[in-house]
Amino acid sequence: MKLKKELKTFPKGGVHPADNKLSANRPIEELPLPQTVAIPVSQHLGAPAKPIVAVGDTVKVGQVIAESGGYVSTNIHATASGIVAKIEDVMDATGYRRLAVIINVEGDNWLENIDRTPDIKSEINASQEEIIKKVQADGIVGLGGATFPLHVKLTPPKGKKAEMLLINGVECEPFLTADHRLMLEKGQEILVGIRIVMRALDVEKTLIGIEANKLDAIEYLRTLTEGDVGIHVIPLKVQYPQGAEKQLVEALTSHQVPIGGLPIDVGIVVQNIGTIFAVYESIQKNKPLVDRVITVTGKKLINPSNFLVRFGVPTIDLIKAAGGLPQDTGKIISGGPMMGKALNTSDVPVTKGTSGILVLSKNEAKREEVLPCIRCARCVSHCPLGLEPYLLMSLVEKGMIDEAEKEIITNCCECGSCAYVCPAKRPLLDYIRLGKSIIMQRNREANQKAVQEARK
Amino acid sequence: MNSTILFTILSLSSLGVLSGIILFFIAKKFHVEEDPRIDDVEGVLPGANCGGCGYPGCRKFAEVCVQSKELEGLFCPVGGNNCMTDVAKILGIEVIEKAAMTAVVRCNGSYQNRPRTNVYDGTTWCKIVHNLYSGETGCSYGCMGLGDCVKSCKFDAIYISEETGLPVIDQDKCVACGACVKACPRKLIELRLKGKANRRIFVACSNPEKGGLARKVCKAACIGCGKCVKVCPFDAIEMKGPLAYIDFNKCKLCRKCVLECPTGAIHEINFPPKKSKPQPDPSGVAEKIENKDSSA
Amino acid sequence: MSQQKLTVSLSPHTSGKDSVHRVMIDVVIALLPALAMSFYIFGFGAFRVTLLAVFSCVLFEYLIQKFMLKVKPTINDGSAVVTGMLLAFNLPSNLPWWMVIVGSLVAIGIAKMSFGGLGNNPFNPALVGRVFLFISFPVAMTSWPKPIVTRMSLVDAVTGATPLAIVKEGFKNNVAVTELMTKLPSYLDLFIGKVGGSLGEISAAALILGGMYLLYRKVISWHIPIAMLLTVFVFSGILWRVSPDKYIDPLFQILTGGIFLGAIFMATDMVTSPMTPKGMIIFGCGIGLITVVIRVFGAYPEGVSFAILIMNAFVPLIDKFCKPSKYGLVKNG
Repeated sequence: MKLKKELKTFPKGGVHPADNKLSANRPIEELPLPQTVAIPVSQHLGAPAKPIVAVGDTVKVGQVIAESGGYVSTNIHATASGIVAKIEDVMDATGYRRLAVIINVEGDNWLENIDRTPDIKSEINASQEEIIKKVQADGIVGLGGATFPLHVKLTPPKGKKAEMLLINGVECEPFLTADHRLMLEKGQEILVGIRIVMRALDVEKTLIGIEANKLDAIEYLRTLTEGDVGIHVIPLKVQYPQGAEKQLVEALTSHQVPIGGLPIDVGIVVQNIGTIFAVYESIQKNKPLVDRVITVTGKKLINPSNFLVRFGVPTIDLIKAAGGLPQDTGKIISGGPMMGKALNTSDVPVTKGTSGILVLSKNEAKREEVLPCIRCARCVSHCPLGLEPYLLMSLVEKGMIDEAEKEIITNCCECGSCAYVCPAKRPLLDYIRLGKSIIMQRNREANQKAVQEARK
Repeated sequence: MNSTILFTILSLSSLGVLSGIILFFIAKKFHVEEDPRIDDVEGVLPGANCGGCGYPGCRKFAEVCVQSKELEGLFCPVGGNNCMTDVAKILGIEVIEKAAMTAVVRCNGSYQNRPRTNVYDGTTWCKIVHNLYSGETGCSYGCMGLGDCVKSCKFDAIYISEETGLPVIDQDKCVACGACVKACPRKLIELRLKGKANRRIFVACSNPEKGGLARKVCKAACIGCGKCVKVCPFDAIEMKGPLAYIDFNKCKLCRKCVLECPTGAIHEINFPPKKSKPQPDPSGVAEKIENKDSSA
Repeated sequence: MSQQKLTVSLSPHTSGKDSVHRVMIDVVIALLPALAMSFYIFGFGAFRVTLLAVFSCVLFEYLIQKFMLKVKPTINDGSAVVTGMLLAFNLPSNLPWWMVIVGSLVAIGIAKMSFGGLGNNPFNPALVGRVFLFISFPVAMTSWPKPIVTRMSLVDAVTGATPLAIVKEGFKNNVAVTELMTKLPSYLDLFIGKVGGSLGEISAAALILGGMYLLYRKVISWHIPIAMLLTVFVFSGILWRVSPDKYIDPLFQILTGGIFLGAIFMATDMVTSPMTPKGMIIFGCGIGLITVVIRVFGAYPEGVSFAILIMNAFVPLIDKFCKPSKYGLVKNG
């Protein structure tokens, strides 16, 4: 293949889990609305939004039902029309009960000023400030999984300037195909979205990174960007975790994000394909973020599919639409198999951060017996961040948190490559996460103390 | 041959003598002046190095005791009052007595009371589960039963009961060092007064959710009905949101609240069984905290 | 809510197909060509020693775990089989049966189990077993059966010296190199393995074949073998260039003795080798250096086992100082 020679990737570590892109050829379908939706007010990183509707209120799709609770926060919109039935805590994907607005669905009435026609509007009229304000109002967050509010990302901190925009079309998680389908079906809209974000960031250059297992998407976007001086499609070698921000930056630009820093420290902003599409809909069509494409997949599912789903729909509805919950289901995962989060009930509503629903059978879900470390060094050679997971695990296990901090345990991106390759099936990442959380808690407490002492 | 042995002995012993002399002078030169009382105080401390006093190890605690003028705020929970009296005697200052404390677990979400809704499969640390999700049951505030407290206990005073899946504290071994209090990610363990004749009453629930929600996930949850507050003659119970809390300094162990509680969330320990309500004699296990259902 | 209880655990929710068991099977497969070669060269004796060593290693591991440590025996992971095979590979094929058993007991009991079992032993168990036997029973351990001619006889095998021993003796008695060369087997024989020696170390060709398989399966990486072989070659090459009369040529050094067995199978033992490529190269070079020093300047004709054990002791230190380059650290300054 001609492509092979020019394929870039990140230089160190990484694994090759089986692709399993079962739903790659399934077009995006719209999922019918359920009878009730439960819309959590905290679907993003940062402060939860504050509900501004009361029980009994009638709402329309796209109406703000919870207002941004701070700078790092966004609005939450009604995703279905109907009557607010309850405002109470429901179990969400975090595994804890958190506040949600529950709406009894009646019909499908949208706010009148939302353009729901499929026409492509490619002329961009909004100015830089308008764009940033609009995406904040429309509740747009990073749809890659971290759900970081977009307006914060589009406003570089003082003294820093973005020079390049990277678009993450890698979708390196096995099974997931939502971004792939989006690129194929909404390629033109995505390019408009990229130009909008470029204007907001005031950058001239954009690289779209796509892994070589999505050749059709690469070809299609290449034909669309032909002759464009600012936007380039870069095919990447298939390698997990290329979709992680730090790895994508290195794969595309050979820059390394400094420890504890963000891509903006090297003049780069990374955006996910889904986010770009949401930006297009918000700016050109005045449509707030009320739905997203979610892959529903699993080896035992009858119809692995890609659905356009409104937020707040229970997970079980998606699985039913894809052929129903198989008999021997062991795990339901929100996200992909490498970094996704296992759900503790199938009623959990899908939110802005849900990129996929993966159903694993009991056999697939089972963790294997843990054996002693045989020092094979695979975790070391596969860690994309150059850490030594075996060492971090034993340090945390022994409670030597300070030493683990010196080994820069906090730089771990939790990609799971170490635990994936470990032949002894050791829960390396469990312990690394434990260590990270202890350090984070300690730092928080130290900060609080400092703040309290400053007050005195 | 003989000379070989002789030289060997001679050279080795002269080497030994020489090293001894060098060591002697080095010890002289680098001698650190230290208050001899520090050693004395350390001598009477239990030497468990548990950190229960708030200082890293018994040696450090001894140093602090010697340096400070009074024993205010300095207490070795392991040695207790006897130990502190000894310390005070050595230092010639007044002892500040403290009532004996012990740890209690404020959760009664046993297998029977709190049905498991999912299965956790992974490393057995409460902290890991706590960071991951609410736990195997629907209760986001209750015990996860993976024994971080057991691991933290240096005195072997806690074990996880197989029957209930909850930690059990052996009050004879517990020295109230507070290690488990810090270890529990959900802050379920509290140090409370050991009480007269080792009798204590406390609310064995830490779920601050509204009654309905709490009850839905656990039969023994405090539902915040407030009946105990009304019945308490000593004003010892207050509602912290929908969760009752008994102030152990005010509680006079009258047991009225225990009878009043509709869910059995209030626990009594080491009381003789009520005559009106015959219960299986817990004398054999009375030394330990039992999760007996004591609803009226 | 579905009726079945869902399982919850931290990600990743999938794991690779490789397991400890699989790694051990790969090592055994890689050892097979050399084993076949030694059957061909030494006949029944090789078969007897290998079987005995494997069987007693597994048995000792089982007995120690079951009755002394009172834990669940882990003989299923296959590590004891590998230890047994590697131990056998380091023994002459005519070794008395009880010595093989003693060697296995030392390898498993002292070198492996007393440190905490698989993964915790600082020294390569098979080599500890071999060195123990070598020091305790030097005569039995250095009377090697002659290749091929002895393979059918079970008792009173004709024994002869290894090429390295011939060289060592020769230099001791001031025999000229040219004269020595006539007594030694040809390079081709050395490469294929038609020489005397421990039963697994003789055939470089078979060992390389096994090594290729391990590289292909990614059980080992190239760093340790290449670093070790290159160091031996370069170091003995320098000595040879300086005075060709006093030292034997580097090709001979590499092809004789346990260099290939050591480089491919013994030094690359995961448990007792460093974790990073940098560390592996230092480790390999160290082994090569010490081996040549022992061979050329030491009392023993062969030094691979000692060299590996000595470098094993340095592994924690190497691991401490040879860290992988961390992402983001360089640019941060």
